[in-house]
Amino acid sequence: MKDILKKSSFKALMAIIAVFALLNTLIQTGVINYYYSGIINLILINVILAVSLNLIVGFTGQLCLGHAGFMAVGAYISAILTLKTNMPLILGIIIGGIIASLFALLIGIPTLKLTGDYFAITTLAFGEIIKVIIMNMDYLGGASGLSGIPIKTKFPLAFIFTVLTIVIISNIIKSSHGRAIISIRENEIAAQAMGVNTFKYKIYSFVIAAFFAGIAGALYSHYIGFLQPASFDYLQSINILVFVVFGGMGSLSGSIISASILTFLPEALRSINELRMIIYPLALIILMIFRPQGLLGNKELSLKIFKNLANRKEDKVC
Amino acid sequence: MEFLQQLINGLALGSVYALLALGYTMVYGIINLINFAHGEIYMIGAFIGYFASTTFNLSLIPTLIISMIGSAILGMIIEKVAYKPLRNSPRITLLITAIGMSLLLQNGMRFLVGPNPKPYKDLIPNSFINLGNVQINSKTLLMLGVSALLVLLLQFIVYKTKVGLAMRAASYDIEAASLMGINVNNTISTTFAIGSALAGIAGVLVAIAYPSINPYMGTMPGLRAFVAAVLGGIGSIPGALVGGVLIGLIETLTKAYISTSFSDAIVFSVLIIILLIKPSGLLGKKTNEKV
Amino acid sequence: MLAVQNLSIEFGGLKAVSNLNLSINSKEVVGLIGPNGAGKTTVFNMLTGVYTPTTGKISYFGEDINGLKPYAITEKKIARTFQNIRLFSELSVIDNVKISYNYRVKYNLFDSIFRTKKFRDEENKIQEESLELLKAFSLDSKKDELAKNLSYGEQRRLEIVRALATKPSLLLLDEPAAGMNPQETKDLMEMINWIKDKFNISVLLIEHDMKLVMGICEKIVVLDYGKKIAEGTPEEIKNNPKVIEAYLGEGA
Repeated sequence: MKDILKKSSFKALMAIIAVFALLNTLIQTGVINYYYSGIINLILINVILAVSLNLIVGFTGQLCLGHAGFMAVGAYISAILTLKTNMPLILGIIIGGIIASLFALLIGIPTLKLTGDYFAITTLAFGEIIKVIIMNMDYLGGASGLSGIPIKTKFPLAFIFTVLTIVIISNIIKSSHGRAIISIRENEIAAQAMGVNTFKYKIYSFVIAAFFAGIAGALYSHYIGFLQPASFDYLQSINILVFVVFGGMGSLSGSIISASILTFLPEALRSINELRMIIYPLALIILMIFRPQGLLGNKELSLKIFKNLANRKEDKVC
Repeated sequence: MEFLQQLINGLALGSVYALLALGYTMVYGIINLINFAHGEIYMIGAFIGYFASTTFNLSLIPTLIISMIGSAILGMIIEKVAYKPLRNSPRITLLITAIGMSLLLQNGMRFLVGPNPKPYKDLIPNSFINLGNVQINSKTLLMLGVSALLVLLLQFIVYKTKVGLAMRAASYDIEAASLMGINVNNTISTTFAIGSALAGIAGVLVAIAYPSINPYMGTMPGLRAFVAAVLGGIGSIPGALVGGVLIGLIETLTKAYISTSFSDAIVFSVLIIILLIKPSGLLGKKTNEKV
Repeated sequence: MLAVQNLSIEFGGLKAVSNLNLSINSKEVVGLIGPNGAGKTTVFNMLTGVYTPTTGKISYFGEDINGLKPYAITEKKIARTFQNIRLFSELSVIDNVKISYNYRVKYNLFDSIFRTKKFRDEENKIQEESLELLKAFSLDSKKDELAKNLSYGEQRRLEIVRALATKPSLLLLDEPAAGMNPQETKDLMEMINWIKDKFNISVLLIEHDMKLVMGICEKIVVLDYGKKIAEGTPEEIKNNPKVIEAYLGEGA
């Protein structure tokens, strides 16, 4: 069995390297121009946000409406580190993630004891409080924002962080810890009865999700060059939530696909950007009523789907 | 005295929050949903009032009544279209739908009327009453007066009519209520209608006092009214009143004596504190999940 | 090994359980019966830490376990099933069982992320043991099936397997025969006796099916309105007038 495991992860590694090599070459040679490579970087950042939020919302079953707050923490901390110290970018990004996860620990310990609706509102409240605090700190640029951040987020960096995020979260999910986390979503009372310290695992999942949100924030600040607290309000949190819900709560591949499509689409359809804010929520409502499981539900995209399709076709012919 | 003045302002604002909080609390009590779109109904009520008074040149009372009726109808439509199909869905699905509805209404309204704020007509003359050192604006009086009237009306409906009895029964145990012959669908619609009517009229009252309305005016008051409902005890009607008044006072006094930008942070902090100390709220009761 | 003394719990003025005394010994099958609402599941909930008793003591192998959280009770080797099936519906059958190994898993998050040897060895061990357990209950052929797709009887069996996977020394079964026909109930009786012997555990069971209770319980405790009204062997309980009255009303 170990050989088979090695085989599939080897294949995955090859696929990842191939995609990287292809995209990187296209960008370096200018086939993909500056504008589109920027969109690709934004897609990667949103994938990290969606995948990390899915951990707490989709896998642990705790609705969180304050993810943008953790993104903000990572963004501002790393920006300050770059602007005021000589710290290398990668270190700044990681520290941004760590500080965001510390915030999550502080916020999570008192609030994860609350039931679903109340926890959701509390995270929204904390997200807004973080925004207000940033607005009132002149050191961070206040309401008008922090500018002059060197644009250092290039494709290779964003890609590597995205792949690491996906691999780490996926590995956590496919372990005893992941099963424990999912059991909380499925039936918290039964999970406790089977020995799962549900509070501990909720904290784990919340803190890990915040860590990666911080990383995404740090990548974002060095992608866009300036930060405004208003971009990290509850609307941004809901934006990320929409990625997760569209792709399927509990599906990592769903989040990757939906974050990609939903980042690319508004850019490609610039002309209807005006209507985006009407189409988006309308689509959300329709989705919840007719297909609440989103694109992939809680399944992962795999080659099995194609095998099943092939088998079904054979049955129909006979 | 300045403090007394602020107190009166806070009470007036609180009465508006109370009207909004009542809508949240009644809906949550009956179907366990935090209706994120409630703030938008408040905003649309204000806009209905705007069109009634400006385009159709109606005076105060007809404007108030039309916006109440319009908001009630809107609330019922939203429930029928978006929430009813999801009555047996997991909570997260409902919450997301409510969030989507809120965004749809805001941006839909913006699309219809444009993002620029609209000025409200002066529906009552701008006069003052002087009580000692305190000046009370006629519009503030209107807010307090109409709110008080509506709350009394609500008390009558909820505690002295069959409809109200049905609402109370359904809020305790919706299945049992339906088994007892109560038409649960109608009861839920009625609850939404009443809650939305209160929200709509609150919108008009505020628009009269602060005569500029825009499609995004519902978000923050909606959130603050929700905090008020939770503070008072979500599901408890007297709780909504108490919570509303408290939040109105806290916000006004914070803006007056600390700073405007911090008032949001403080209101949200109140929410967090109450959820940590007594999640059932000041006047609410704790319920246990049966294992 | 389980000693319950003077256990009571109040819910806002209503005494759901009053002054319960109960003891269970090794490899004993004890029945807890009584009319609906007598407080039986409430007793289970107190034993497993879901509710905190108002008064009284619960000791297990001499240790005071009163007020421990549910997951801690499981760590102390007391496991339970639920009256309404509480399986992890979207997880596979074998994953449902693997959850029960979580509290004693030997690797940490670091190992999961980096897929260390410790991780792989432990996962293989969990896989093997879970599969063996499923085999013993004839559920191994459905191991990758989602729990929600099992038949009612299979789901009930899985609930028991899952509880057994926590390696308890005391198993609390809450109405395991609910919804079963006489043949299934007979099979269940055999299964409970077999579990007791093979896994060396004691069983406390809540049941309404008298055939099952009389058939396998060595000792029966009867509750009515939260109070113990009788305790004894099946013979004694069958003929106890107080018990008959509680179930059938006066003049029966």
